[in-house]
Amino acid sequence: MVDKNKHNEIVKAESKKLDFYYADGTQALKNVSLPVYENKITALIGPSGCGKSTFLRSFNRMHDLYPGNRYDGEIVLHPDNTNILDAKVDPIEVRMRISMVFQKPNPFPKSIYENVAYGLRVRGENNARTLDDKVEEALKGASLWDEVKDRLQDLAFNLSGGQQQRLCIARALATEPEIMLFDEPTSALDPIATVNIEELMSGLKEKLSILIVTHNMQQAARISDYTAYMYLGELIEHDATDKIFTTPTMKETEDYITGKFG
Amino acid sequence: MAKIAIKAKNNNDLSEIRALIKKHKKNDLIFAATGMFVIASLTITLLILFLDLVIDGYPRFTLDFFSNFPSRRALKAGILSAWIGSSLVLIVTFFVAVPLGIAAGVYLEEYAKKNWISDLIEINVSNLAGVPSIIYGLLALGLFVYSFGLGQSILTAGLTLALLMLPIVIVSTRESIRAIPVHIREAAFAVGATKWQVVINHVIPYSYGGILTGVIIGMARAIGETAPVITIGALTFIAFLPPSPISTSAPFLNFEWLEAAFTVLPIQMFNWISRPQHAFHVNAAATGAVIIVLTALMNGFAIRLRYKIRKKIKW
Ligand SMILES: Nc1ncnc2c1ncn2[C@@H]1O[C@H](COP(=O)(O)OP(=O)(O)OP(=O)(O)O)[C@@H](O)[C@H]1O
Ligand SMILES: [Mg+2]
Repeated sequence: MVDKNKHNEIVKAESKKLDFYYADGTQALKNVSLPVYENKITALIGPSGCGKSTFLRSFNRMHDLYPGNRYDGEIVLHPDNTNILDAKVDPIEVRMRISMVFQKPNPFPKSIYENVAYGLRVRGENNARTLDDKVEEALKGASLWDEVKDRLQDLAFNLSGGQQQRLCIARALATEPEIMLFDEPTSALDPIATVNIEELMSGLKEKLSILIVTHNMQQAARISDYTAYMYLGELIEHDATDKIFTTPTMKETEDYITGKFG
Repeated sequence: MAKIAIKAKNNNDLSEIRALIKKHKKNDLIFAATGMFVIASLTITLLILFLDLVIDGYPRFTLDFFSNFPSRRALKAGILSAWIGSSLVLIVTFFVAVPLGIAAGVYLEEYAKKNWISDLIEINVSNLAGVPSIIYGLLALGLFVYSFGLGQSILTAGLTLALLMLPIVIVSTRESIRAIPVHIREAAFAVGATKWQVVINHVIPYSYGGILTGVIIGMARAIGETAPVITIGALTFIAFLPPSPISTSAPFLNFEWLEAAFTVLPIQMFNWISRPQHAFHVNAAATGAVIIVLTALMNGFAIRLRYKIRKKIKW
């Protein structure tokens, strides 16, 4: 089934009336309904503490790792119409379909090769040829291949911060996810590494859908097709990025974007 | 021409700041000096003790000493049955305490629900590490020797020392697991790994360094333990060896040695030192030196291994 909407895009996933409560009772998301379009980059912006990471981490059920957290509402993944928050859906299945890149580069203390291969190994892939091919493909996809092809067995920690982050992207990419989540992927990087990764993401959307949290408004404007502005756990506005950055409908959005607030 | 800053802190302020810094730095100095003094006196005491043993026991540092059974004649007596006994007991201890301790640590850290029961277990385990070893001996006497009927055997001794070592392994396992950063753990889960995969591929490999240190410290403690081994009835005079664990015919491994009577190094030492003749005291000193060297070797090995692992894994 293909969902069309007011933007005339294909919906890959959408949250429906999503509430989220942390174990201590904090309600971090209130009634958030937001589509993620296929082969598009959707950016989440908003002041610190407004619930961007909480929202993002709901998409791969990261909150399930900690007892006491609670979701209310749905996140529906298309085309199969699965509500990935359903208690009957295994979070591991969700994470196999939707991969994530974190704020701080977090490679495993293993070799470059093993870092990329890990997601495949978890899926039971043990054939050396297949692994080699897929690792190479993922590293190329993350524009890292040329820099590391001669030292795949080196420890990942020996790479620079930007290279480590691209390695993490390769790791998330190797398993051919349907959606990739990025939580401020460039906030720990210098401007050149940042540009690298932005270009990378723009290329990636040919193959998959991207949801990215960013603090950097220019970044959202540069790379995203759609932007959502969140405030205090609520979705204030979601629209085409051009529209949000030029003629936002909501006063709050405009204030935030023009720097009057936030 | 460059201009020179003209607005400076006035001299009074500057000298005040400097005096303050000086005062604060004095604390550094005092602490460093005290630390140095304590460490130096400890090291020197230990060294003197060790040298004393070496000098006393020097005449017996011969191959014969290691290859002879104990004997009524001090000069012919050796520690063969004792060091083989110690080694076999430690092997049992190792193979029981290490898997069990790691499994318990992983379970408590990764699987057990955090509630008052797990808190209670946690307090208990930490306390167990401080229980006097003779208590373990009494427990083992009741449990292994009488209830399970394992006899006064190498197996009983190994299990007893394993009990003693278990809390150390559990605590060090848990601490090294806790040292793994959350973002590494989340990275593993994020690619779709199950809890078991995370434990096997990440948690345990990344905790090796810490676990190993605990294991070796535990073994070093176990090798010198006397009280619990005496309680369960280790003999003080043994002039035979347990059956060999390896045989030349199938099935090549046999486990009769587990049931054999035995003695261990500290008991041999204790036995000799309680003799009136001076010649036996020389033997005791030599045995003491051997125990210290073994302990030091194990600790040195632990430090080296940890260093190597830490070089690879630094958070
Ligand atoms: N583990 C937690 N337990 C309780 N409350 C939490 C927890 N993590 C986050 N929160 C709260 O939930 C709200 C949303 O946090 P979240 O991390 O999603 O914000 P964010 O928009 O990603 O902020 P930032 O831009 O600073 O990363 C905040 O009020 C925060 O204090
Ligand atoms: Mg965040």
